[in-house]
Amino acid sequence: MTTLTSSSTSVSEQQHEAHADHRMFGLATFLVADGMTFAGFFAAYLTFRAVNPLPSGSSYELELVLPTINTLLLLVSSFTFHRAGSALKRDNRPLARRWLLVTAALGFAFLAGQMVEYFSLPFGLTDNLFASTFYAITGFHGLHVTLGGLMILIVWWQCRSGGRVSSQNLFPLEAAELYWHFVDGIWVVLYGILYLL
Amino acid sequence: MRIPAAILTLITGMVLVLAGLWVGQNVNVLPVDASANAPVYDELFKVLFSIGTILFVGIVGLIAYSLVRFRRRPGDQSDGEAIEGNLPLEILWTAIPAVVVLFVGIYSYDIYDRMGGMAPLNDHSMHGMAHEERTWAGISPVSLDEESGITPLSVDVTAMQFAFIFHYPNAEITSGELHVPAGQPIALRMQANDVIHAFWVPQFRLKQDVIPGQPTLLSFTATRPGRYPIVCAELCGPYHGGMRSTVIVDEPETFQAWVNQNSPIASANNVTPVQS
Amino acid sequence: MTISLTPETQHSVSLQPQGWLRYLSFSTDHKVIGLQYLICGFIFYLIGGALAGAIRTELLTPISDFLPRETYNEVLTLHGTVMIFLWIVPVVNGGFGNYLIPFYVGARDMAFPRLNAVAFWLIPPAGLLLISSYFIASAAQSGWTAYPPLSITTPATGQIIWILSVLLLGGSSIFGGINFIATILKLRRPGLKLMQLPMYCWAMLGTSILVVLSTPVLAGTLVLLSFDIIAHTGFFNPSLGGNAVVYQHLFWFYSHPAVYIMVLPAFGLVSEILPVHSRKPLFGYTTMVYSIMGIVVLGLIVWAHHMFTSGTPPWMRLFFTIATSFIAVPTGIKFFNWLATMWGGRIALNTAMLFSCGFIVNFVFGGITGVALAQVPFDIHVHDTYFVVGHFHYIVYGGTVFVIFASIYHWYPKVTGRLLNEPLGKLHFLLTFIGFNLCFAPQHWLGLNGMPRRVAEYDPQFTLVNQLSSLGALLMALSTLPFLVNVVISAFRGELAGDNPWRALTPEWLTSSPPPVENWKGEAPLVHEPYGYGMQPEELALAGATGSELWRLGDPDRRP
Ligand code: HEA
Ligand code: HEA
Ligand code: CUA
Ligand SMILES: [Cu+2]
Repeated sequence: MTTLTSSSTSVSEQQHEAHADHRMFGLATFLVADGMTFAGFFAAYLTFRAVNPLPSGSSYELELVLPTINTLLLLVSSFTFHRAGSALKRDNRPLARRWLLVTAALGFAFLAGQMVEYFSLPFGLTDNLFASTFYAITGFHGLHVTLGGLMILIVWWQCRSGGRVSSQNLFPLEAAELYWHFVDGIWVVLYGILYLL
Repeated sequence: MRIPAAILTLITGMVLVLAGLWVGQNVNVLPVDASANAPVYDELFKVLFSIGTILFVGIVGLIAYSLVRFRRRPGDQSDGEAIEGNLPLEILWTAIPAVVVLFVGIYSYDIYDRMGGMAPLNDHSMHGMAHEERTWAGISPVSLDEESGITPLSVDVTAMQFAFIFHYPNAEITSGELHVPAGQPIALRMQANDVIHAFWVPQFRLKQDVIPGQPTLLSFTATRPGRYPIVCAELCGPYHGGMRSTVIVDEPETFQAWVNQNSPIASANNVTPVQS
Repeated sequence: MTISLTPETQHSVSLQPQGWLRYLSFSTDHKVIGLQYLICGFIFYLIGGALAGAIRTELLTPISDFLPRETYNEVLTLHGTVMIFLWIVPVVNGGFGNYLIPFYVGARDMAFPRLNAVAFWLIPPAGLLLISSYFIASAAQSGWTAYPPLSITTPATGQIIWILSVLLLGGSSIFGGINFIATILKLRRPGLKLMQLPMYCWAMLGTSILVVLSTPVLAGTLVLLSFDIIAHTGFFNPSLGGNAVVYQHLFWFYSHPAVYIMVLPAFGLVSEILPVHSRKPLFGYTTMVYSIMGIVVLGLIVWAHHMFTSGTPPWMRLFFTIATSFIAVPTGIKFFNWLATMWGGRIALNTAMLFSCGFIVNFVFGGITGVALAQVPFDIHVHDTYFVVGHFHYIVYGGTVFVIFASIYHWYPKVTGRLLNEPLGKLHFLLTFIGFNLCFAPQHWLGLNGMPRRVAEYDPQFTLVNQLSSLGALLMALSTLPFLVNVVISAFRGELAGDNPWRALTPEWLTSSPPPVENWKGEAPLVHEPYGYGMQPEELALAGATGSELWRLGDPDRRP
């Protein structure tokens, strides 16, 4: 095997990987998988609810105000992310960056709200089955929001003039956006199941 | 004289079916049956065994035949016929298994129903149990006592690492072995203390997991006096293999004698503790 | 031009080792990765087999004498986990999938080569972690199913390591699955239609869909289980108000599909091997595709047949009985199609073919016991007994492992350019087939007559049959010898195979053996008919002598 052929391998690999379609497709498939993790958690929670009575004397009461505000924050952030995307497509990088910052800020505000909620709740992780499930599911979702927030900041950095992300290379932004919408969508379901039901 | 292939196939098929039926009826691979639902189970087993034999022998026969008949002779470089499908055949071998499994499914549902497995549990709370506690479905006694009109004998079973404890609430007997009279329905109320165990008596063809936090009901009627093993069938720790006990099926009189001998209340005042 | 002259590229090139060292590197070449999976998997097979040897040695006598009781449980847990997650799943998916799928879709590599390498390199550390748990603390003792509350109460370190390692392996599997889906659906050579793909692509597509849909559920479940162990939450711990059966549902939601993850690719591989060595087209291509998808859909809704004695409600048992039984229909279609593929062919009785036929025989047996197990009343007697052990070894070993061997005999010339030795191969087949049946057939009887599984001690009445079974295991272990000798010697001394020793038509054979780095020197060939073997009936001079009257019914219009 000559050096020449193997160097041509790496070039064509880059060509494969540069194919944005496939990466978005791969990401979407991954999100289906990720969604199944949540589906498993939700199914567990619903079964617990149907079968296991709350032990007497323990409390499992959720406040609705803060989570509702949080839901709104996330919904708005999906919208602002979309604005960032269209700004970038129009090659308006500064505007895109501003919208990205707003989105990240909304995301972190959500996380802060979540923290406040955690500390104000009358039960802890191991108090009872529902408390544990509540923390596990919201915590797992919070992890996703944190990750998404960091991704947004990275994209924000890459959007600076001379950065990697531009209207020519939309993939990082679009990937982060798809992920973010996914995380929002999961939250809406979560809100419905954990808080409203 | 050449016999047409269709006729040969037909004859082979018929021989195969007959052989399968014979195997199902005459090859006995099960332990002795000692409970009322064991013969019911064995009926299903025979059917499954016959169907399985027919299918298995048929397919192995086809393969062996093909391998011999269609083997490539040395030096032969030719191909077989380019047949890529055959709709009627494909429909046939979709339909036959579908019909077979549908039949098997319905038949085993019927068997299960006859064993008492489909009876709802929660609307019939346990006899003599005051508090409404959720009970999980094993094989339920309801169908049994409705038909026979005999009240079942209740026994509390506690499974723990690594033993079964049997408690007769009415006679106040606690025992490491299960004594039951032949012919009377028995209702086991099972509970686990630590991890999941399973109560299995091969001769009764009955098994039920005993899951902590889920009191479970299992009922049966023993028919054949004798001693049979009780086996814990769910991995429950290092001594899982040693977690065994015995069920002793006695004639009703012998059983009564055992109760009278062991029960503190039966010897004090002469009640019949069998009635729950 | 300029690119290849920049110092960076030269640097990165020299970092990629050449020759055999490639196989120890972070290579992104799908063929290298495929072989990495295969060889790594085979090493774990030897380890898992040695563990099985320990199990069968212990079971020679009815008392617990060879291993301490805890160790026995560790050994059987490791055996199940290693065999499933480190041998079967990586090899039939990652191994053959990586090697073959890019060829089949006419691509030069997988859709995400780097993700591919990452997926592979998750496996060795995960495997080492798992094995090492035996030495650093004590390995997990709760079986490969890890049912709580047992898994919560056994020593925590081993169980946590087990969880970690299964999570890593699950991650690897998901990454692989994403890659396969993207490669099959998106990387197809222009002009190649989905319905022209070799059957293994369809099998891998179905498998990968199952991987992507079900593995994450297992991951989530195991995370919850680890919370129960470390943080003392009570999800699955009844003494803290939790529910142990919910774990079982979640576990089997993955682990039932997992059995099709272990067998669908094997179905695909057999579908490649049979037509070549029978010199006939694959019978019923379209119904094959539909039956694969049917198995995928049904496979997702039958999990609770593992829980018939877990106190599930009656309607649930009924539903799962019926759904499970119906899997026999699409599976049966595949089997009859294979039989029809062989019928009237020119069957070469070589080792690849023998192992394929061995697979059909064994799998039908295992499938029939499976359909029996699906019947609630039947299962209530034999659940958690050696009957079940017999059932699934007939499928995982008699089915999938036989196919792996068949595939190795079939594709070895592709990979090395040399043929494996046939007499040694036949010896391997004979020993394996006899040993296998001797080992696992008697276990059905054991289960029916009262021997539970996962026990180190048993009723003395079963001694003789257990010893027979152990003898069979010994034969299986011995059968590995001729195989290993064959594979190693043939790599250097084997008969030269030429590029296409089987005169096969699938795309991987339409290049040199071994293939060049990017699979084809020129453009990838466009193969519309991967199974275009066979003569038209008119050409067939001796049609009457070979074809049978039965098959003459096929109408010629269906031929494209
Ligand atoms: C590759 C792995 C694999 C595969 C493919 C299968 C395939 C099947 N399995 Fe198996 N199974 C396991 C691996 C596998 N299994 C394992 C590992 C366990 C134990 C897990 C544990 O507890 O540790 C298990 C346990 C298991 C159980 C639970 C037993 C118990 O614990 O009590 C059941 C019950 O329904 C079952 C059923 C089936 C059925 C119906 C099929 C079907 O898919 C089979 C279909 C195939 C055929 C039927 C043959 C071909 C068809 C025809 C020739 C058509 C005509 C046939 C008829 C009309 C019947 N399996
Ligand atoms: C998935 C694939 C798979 C495969 C291929 C096998 C292969 C084998 N299994 Fe497997 N087995 C399982 C999956 C598998 N098993 C699972 C999932 C369980 C359930 C675990 C549980 O209950 O949790 C199980 C459980 C299980 C039991 C039941 C244990 C119990 O319940 O107490 C037994 C008992 O006989 C057994 C035996 C064997 C044997 C003899 C082989 C043989 O076929 C193995 C043949 C191979 C060899 C013998 C290797 C040869 C090489 C050497 C010996 C060389 C020596 C090696 C070195 C020096 C490193 N297995
Ligand atoms: Cu108790 Cu096994
Ligand atoms: Cu299953």
